[in-house]
Amino acid sequence: MNAKEEDRMKKLLKNALAPVGEAGTERDLWPSMLQRLDARPAAVPWFDWALAGGLAVFAVVFPASIPVFLYYL
Amino acid sequence: MKGEEAMRDGERSVLDEFQRGAPATFNDAFETLFRLHQRTVYGWLLRIVRNPAAAEDLTVETFWRIYRAHARFEPARGFEAWARTIATHAALDWLRTQRPETELPMDVAAPRASDPAISAEIRSKTEAAFSRLPPKLRIAAVLAVVEELPHKEVAAALGISVTAVKVRVFRALRLLRRDLQQQGITP
Repeated sequence: MNAKEEDRMKKLLKNALAPVGEAGTERDLWPSMLQRLDARPAAVPWFDWALAGGLAVFAVVFPASIPVFLYYL
Repeated sequence: MKGEEAMRDGERSVLDEFQRGAPATFNDAFETLFRLHQRTVYGWLLRIVRNPAAAEDLTVETFWRIYRAHARFEPARGFEAWARTIATHAALDWLRTQRPETELPMDVAAPRASDPAISAEIRSKTEAAFSRLPPKLRIAAVLAVVEELPHKEVAAALGISVTAVKVRVFRALRLLRRDLQQQGITP
């Protein structure tokens, strides 16, 4: 792509997407920010813990199964 | 003049408290910084994502990242430049989750000075082709070409060199041209 083609592409792009400029929101976003700060991280369900525990026990009892699990991951 | 200096001193002390992270003053300092800079951060994000609702969500996401990363803030760099870098990365993450060719809201941009030589069809195909570009290239192109920001400013926001910005813009334009050619348009 030469300089002329590059300029042409820039012109096309500027025509397709007009500049937004220095726009600002009229809405105060602080209440949303407070909500975000207050939100607790999602808790892991007990079933997932039980499953992970079961898998760990299984891996200890049958160590030969580890490569099989890794293969299917 | 004196008023400006007092304001700068005020912001400097807020930034010190923010960086120190002392429990007694940190939340107030963070709220002050949020209120001072939310409009600027929103405006920056809107330029990149071109979607007011997404820009609002990303403003909150940016300040959430700022809240968690306060210890890494370097006062010498300035809060706004730091916030802009974090906002750009948040926008990049958002763009990666978006499907291409999502229609842009019509009220985002100022009325464009359209070139009569470029038809509406070419414009809409260019817009669609642009949405298919890799997000990293899109950000560089939208800031440097559409918003006409200095390459240095774009480089600082993306955390890359000015040369890398020029390369990304060039690659974006070349891919865009190729995409349009595949649709039978010879730009």
